[in-house]
Amino acid sequence: MAKLVVNQALVGDIKQLISICPFNAMEDRNGELVINAACKVCKLCVKKGPKGAVEYMEEEVKTIDKSQWKGIAVYVDHIDGVIHPVTYELIGKARELALKINHPVYAIMMGSEISAQCQELLHYNVDKVFAYDKKQLDRFKIEPYTAVFEDFVQKIKPTAILMGATPVGRQLAPRLAARVGTGLTADCTILDINENTDLVQIRPAFGGNIMAQILTPNHRPQMATVRYKVMDAPERNTDKSGEIIQCEIAADKLQSKIQVLDIIAKEKEQFIEASEVLVVAGRGIRKEEDLNLVTELADLLGGQIACTRPIMEAGWLEAKRQVGLSGRTVRPKLIITVGVSGSVQFAAGMNNSEQIIAINKDENAPIFKVAHYGLVGDLYEIVPELINKIKLSKAV
Amino acid sequence: MNILVCIKQVPDSNKVEVDPVTGVLKRNGVESKMNPYDLYALETALRIKEQKGGSIHVLTMGPGQAAGIIREAYAMGADQGVLISDRKFGGADVLATSYTISQGIKMAGEFDLILCGKQTTDGDTAQVGPEVAEWLNIPSVSNVSNILEIGDRDITVEMDMTHELEITKVQFPCLLAVDKDIFMPRLPSYVKKLETKDREITVITLADLEDQDERHYGLNGSPTQVERIFPPEVNARRELWNGNGMELTEQLFQKLKDLKFA
Ligand SMILES: Cc1cc2nc3c(=O)[nH]c(=O)nc-3n(C[C@H](O)[C@H](O)[C@H](O)COP(=O)(O)OP(=O)(O)OC[C@H]3O[C@@H](n4cnc5c(N)ncnc54)[C@H](O)[C@@H]3O)c2cc1C
Ligand SMILES: Nc1ncnc2c1ncn2[C@@H]1O[C@H](COP(=O)(O)O)[C@@H](O)[C@H]1O
Repeated sequence: MAKLVVNQALVGDIKQLISICPFNAMEDRNGELVINAACKVCKLCVKKGPKGAVEYMEEEVKTIDKSQWKGIAVYVDHIDGVIHPVTYELIGKARELALKINHPVYAIMMGSEISAQCQELLHYNVDKVFAYDKKQLDRFKIEPYTAVFEDFVQKIKPTAILMGATPVGRQLAPRLAARVGTGLTADCTILDINENTDLVQIRPAFGGNIMAQILTPNHRPQMATVRYKVMDAPERNTDKSGEIIQCEIAADKLQSKIQVLDIIAKEKEQFIEASEVLVVAGRGIRKEEDLNLVTELADLLGGQIACTRPIMEAGWLEAKRQVGLSGRTVRPKLIITVGVSGSVQFAAGMNNSEQIIAINKDENAPIFKVAHYGLVGDLYEIVPELINKIKLSKAV
Repeated sequence: MNILVCIKQVPDSNKVEVDPVTGVLKRNGVESKMNPYDLYALETALRIKEQKGGSIHVLTMGPGQAAGIIREAYAMGADQGVLISDRKFGGADVLATSYTISQGIKMAGEFDLILCGKQTTDGDTAQVGPEVAEWLNIPSVSNVSNILEIGDRDITVEMDMTHELEITKVQFPCLLAVDKDIFMPRLPSYVKKLETKDREITVITLADLEDQDERHYGLNGSPTQVERIFPPEVNARRELWNGNGMELTEQLFQKLKDLKFA
């Protein structure tokens, strides 16, 4: 069994060694160096401390036969039969990984009256769709969904399972991982696979300040969740391929202590802080009615309209839509500023956004120091034309 | 009603850096605090107790100094505190952490309701709650954004599913992971702090647990292994595009498609 052992004789300067530990897990107890419960076994003391002072002892671990586990499975995420698009993105990723190790790609779907959905999945180049189509599975309930998934894992033995980091996936994945006693890595941003079928899982840690590369070397299946819009969606093929396999499960496994009483569609979120996409109107907008252009673009991108202070002061938009030092701080996935100069006070409220696109006709506008993509041009030429293009592409 | 709330001590800030040469984590200032999301879980427990009576346990797994957040919970109104602490629990991933916590809960008593925060600010997985429920073999609901009705045998909650709200009724015993903002957490009370300053904290070590097999805990009980850490790529690229309106629009449209927004 793995553990850290202290050789007191080799410790030397005890304070020096204690200072190496980033987790405060070493203490000086009457001149003896002790490791306490804060230890995360990061092994920095082994690597950075005096040679031999702290040693990492590992015992042989029982290894598993990885060749018994085959296929990359994707959970088909849905609410009331409406498939979440992250599912297709993960199918695309699964195919890419599967090609490297010559494994099949599986989709697993559980629900009620889901044959049309299963047919649709065949347009995305999966080898097999495992369908658990039961009245009791009409709505997501944790116990029957976990039981069905466990049944699938035991019968099919996939080497890896990918799930969307959606409200359903984030509950179901950990239940399944604990049920089958395996590892689960949340919110992976990069996935790769080694020849020996080990899934290389990379995720941000410490609030995105560092990245961690994680392996599940001795357990199968390997499980990872991925957020929506992190992986690329594959094209839908006009032809179908692969087959649907209807699966049975004993009725007693479908019981639940949860009762879904109602599902209510939410009103559109009204806080700009909660929006993943923002389009910001600045004083480059000449008249109040021109704000309609900005609103329309925001709607088409699934986001909301926000503004700079002068627009709010003019009474064109409410104070809660103002971004900046005296307004709201926002960190959306995408922010497009139109006719915004980019004053320090404005930028302070948005410069941590993931993607910043600015449209301004003044090449020297400070906003271009903040923007990842800056368009030097007239918003009245660009925005209406962009709206047309997006509408056209959606109509196809 | 017997309620248990899982709370965790987390570093005060996420400001860490990786030394690009040695690949070593540089962590400045190790001040700690209660995971902010767990304050909402504790507040939920206090409100339920106000309505239904009963008692509130808080439980944390961590080093000895994590007792500090139990004191803080006492000052907010928690009745009893449990600290699960043992060097053998070090290096635990989600599976080992949740298993240890579930073992600790079994030792702490019988509970109708277990509450967790949405996620931690350091582990940041939102997985520990559901895995604890799995080990205890009880139903669980995450993303709980409101408590609608507390019956004698069940609780009706609102689960936030991003675009819809699901109203579900769950039988006790169960575990709920509550969202931020479900209820505004109260501040610790100075009077309560004084009142509880000598209140005991139950410490549970490996030797107190039902399962004492070391292989199930800490690094040894963790299927996942961190292979390496490295600094993220910073999006420092800046591009300035010139051209006529039509060209710029086409370029922007393609970019939005690449970024998967259009
Ligand atoms: C203490 C303090 C706090 C403040 N807090 C905030 C705050 O929270 N939020 C905030 O926004 N401001 C705040 N301000 C005000 C801030 O300093 C700026 O005055 C304000 O942000 C400017 O808004 P703007 O960019 O919309 O307007 P302007 O600075 O007038 O910029 C308009 C831009 O539009 C461009 N433009 C014009 N026509 C077109 C066209 N047809 N096509 C393309 N581009 C065009 C121009 O080149 C110009 O760069 C604060 C100021 C102070 C002193
Ligand atoms: N070490 C711990 N001790 C007690 N509770 C914990 C611990 N780790 C996680 N939790 C609980 O599980 C929730 C989710 O944590 P995480 O999966 O780390 O994001 C937290 O909000 C806590 O309620």
